Amino acid sequence: MTLTSTIIDGTQVVSVNAERIDAAMAIQFKEDMRSQTDNGPDRVVLDLSEVKFIDSSGLGAIVAAMKQLGGARKLDLAGLTPVVDKVFRLTRMDTVFNLYATLEEATGGVAAET
Amino acid sequence: MEESFACSFAATELEARTGINSVVDQLRDRGIPETRIGEVQIALAEAVNNVVEHAYAGNAPGDVNIRCQLEEEKLSILIRDAGAPIPNEQLPAGEAQSLEGPMEDLPEGGFGWFLIRELTSDIQYERSEGENNLQLSFEIQMRSA
Repeated sequence: MTLTSTIIDGTQVVSVNAERIDAAMAIQFKEDMRSQTDNGPDRVVLDLSEVKFIDSSGLGAIVAAMKQLGGARKLDLAGLTPVVDKVFRLTRMDTVFNLYATLEEATGGVAAET
Repeated sequence: MEESFACSFAATELEARTGINSVVDQLRDRGIPETRIGEVQIALAEAVNNVVEHAYAGNAPGDVNIRCQLEEEKLSILIRDAGAPIPNEQLPAGEAQSLEGPMEDLPEGGFGWFLIRELTSDIQYERSEGENNLQLSFEIQMRSA
């Protein structure tokens, strides 16, 4: 799995460059999130726009990634594709995270600088 | 219209992904609406993950066999494995997880059976001749031609 990270206006944006966050991927995702978000801005946005499928292991790994940030920092989610969105809504995890349709919305309309 | 297709794979996480993808491709080839395929994939993945993580837990991974049967307005997926039976041969209730309480207490698992029950129209489980036979059924509205 590859995660890429950029800072946009003081928010850390972590993009998931994979089509699935599934059982085969969940532990690595959690570890990669830990190393990417260790000591960083208080707000992290996870860009899920490339992720077409997530299972409950992947969902658990995103919950774990939020817990790893601790109470003072937060994890928001952006760019949920239809199946990913469905899993969050069915499990009511959409009430736990702030969800944004697009990364631009999540970062206040400021486009990512490369 | 009635047709069936099947696949089998070793019960590892990576093989499971390949197997699930192949079922999804077959459903796509048959013109099942994408939204429904997404829902089938969620339930199927949870059921197959259970086989990998629980039925074959601690043993060399055996085989998972999947047979799909597509009828007029129904898709049945039979998942067969030779692993340990589901405890008490009783399907878990799959109740929704509570999300109340502090963040550190949020559940990181235990969603599988809830998702399977939410997304299927019928579930049958039978343990026979040392094998688990789990059948998941889904109502399918085919696209009008």
